[in-house]
Amino acid sequence: MADTLQFDLVTPERKLSSVPVTEVQIPGAEGDMTVMAGHAPTITTLRPGILKAIGPQGHLTFAVTGGFAEASGPSLSVLAEQAIPVDEANATIFDELVAEARSLADAALPEDRAVADKKVADLIALRAAAGY
Amino acid sequence: MPSLKDLKNRIGSVKNTRKITKAMQMVAAAKLRRAQESAEAARPYAERMNAVMAGLAGSVQGTDGAPRLLAGTGRNAVHLLVVMTAERGLCGGFNSSIVRKARQHLTTLLAQGRTVKILTVGKKGREQLRRDFGHLFIGHVDLSDAKKLGYTHAQSIAREVLSRFEAEEFDVATLFYARFVSVISQVPTAQQVIPAVFEAAGEERTDYDYEPSEGEILTDLLPRGVATQIFTALLENAASEQGARMSAMDNATRNAGDMISDLTIEYNRTRQAAITKELIEIISGAEAL
Repeated sequence: MADTLQFDLVTPERKLSSVPVTEVQIPGAEGDMTVMAGHAPTITTLRPGILKAIGPQGHLTFAVTGGFAEASGPSLSVLAEQAIPVDEANATIFDELVAEARSLADAALPEDRAVADKKVADLIALRAAAGY
Repeated sequence: MPSLKDLKNRIGSVKNTRKITKAMQMVAAAKLRRAQESAEAARPYAERMNAVMAGLAGSVQGTDGAPRLLAGTGRNAVHLLVVMTAERGLCGGFNSSIVRKARQHLTTLLAQGRTVKILTVGKKGREQLRRDFGHLFIGHVDLSDAKKLGYTHAQSIAREVLSRFEAEEFDVATLFYARFVSVISQVPTAQQVIPAVFEAAGEERTDYDYEPSEGEILTDLLPRGVATQIFTALLENAASEQGARMSAMDNATRNAGDMISDLTIEYNRTRQAAITKELIEIISGAEAL
């Protein structure tokens, strides 16, 4: 239980956190997963959702909009497209994200439509999960 | 020979110019620091992204199912040049050196009989290329109202490029921007983004479990990789622009200083000559009596 893994969360614009944690809950594209120290090397893509890191210093919760996560034994790097600490988030941010995804979905080609619609649905679920 | 009054006015105006260039230099220095910080902040993401994609690309490359962003269209006929320059001038050779690099590439391509399309980012490059290659323009991205460069800007450029790729408008895309080395050195760089090129991964890679499959992840990541590369280029370019402006304005300030001291010497000489002349006139007048 005392084992920790190095958790890095980076977005294209900045590094959001880099701390030792005991477990991280990731919204994977194929379902949620929890990564603990010594996890088998895995790469998964993310769907919009809540990412929760539990460490000695407490919980860190982020809303991520997509990206991917790379777990390799002693470390986990999450490369998020956009990540917002839930404490800093507010309803407007989520509304904008949903609106943007919706306009992209409307403009999408028929074959991409399903993917885009899923993203909108995921974002709405994310907004609900974040409590807005 | 300019009169004393003319000289005085010149000195005054050069002094004003020096004040302006000095202020611009200081503003550029402050902006440079900020630009460097954001370039630094973006580095971990880009490095991770490249490492993961290089690993994935290595395993998928050569197979039939390789995504087109990686494998290319199999042709090499139509090239898209994304020329990234600044929105403003007064930054030394910054814009011209990027344009020169793009122009060289363009001429070689045209000589080989390829079709070339140009997408410009930043209006300075557009102005410089318009006269010779205006008919090749297919679009322009205006960033002049962007206060701070964000990933969203890169995403919108990437979306534009990718939708054109999907519509089979070109086969190869190359970015032109200036890589920031130091305040006095910015290297104009050409970087091919589509099809994606990766440096061969040196060290032995760990075997990852992929969820979903490797191919699907790669299809998801490649467009993101393009956006990341564009974002990196935008940030490097912004830092280079400020660096180039800073050294250009430093030179201008120094030149203005030199000019002021030259003009002051000339002013003093002229004044001395006028005094001497008046004295001679008085003395010779007195002697004539």
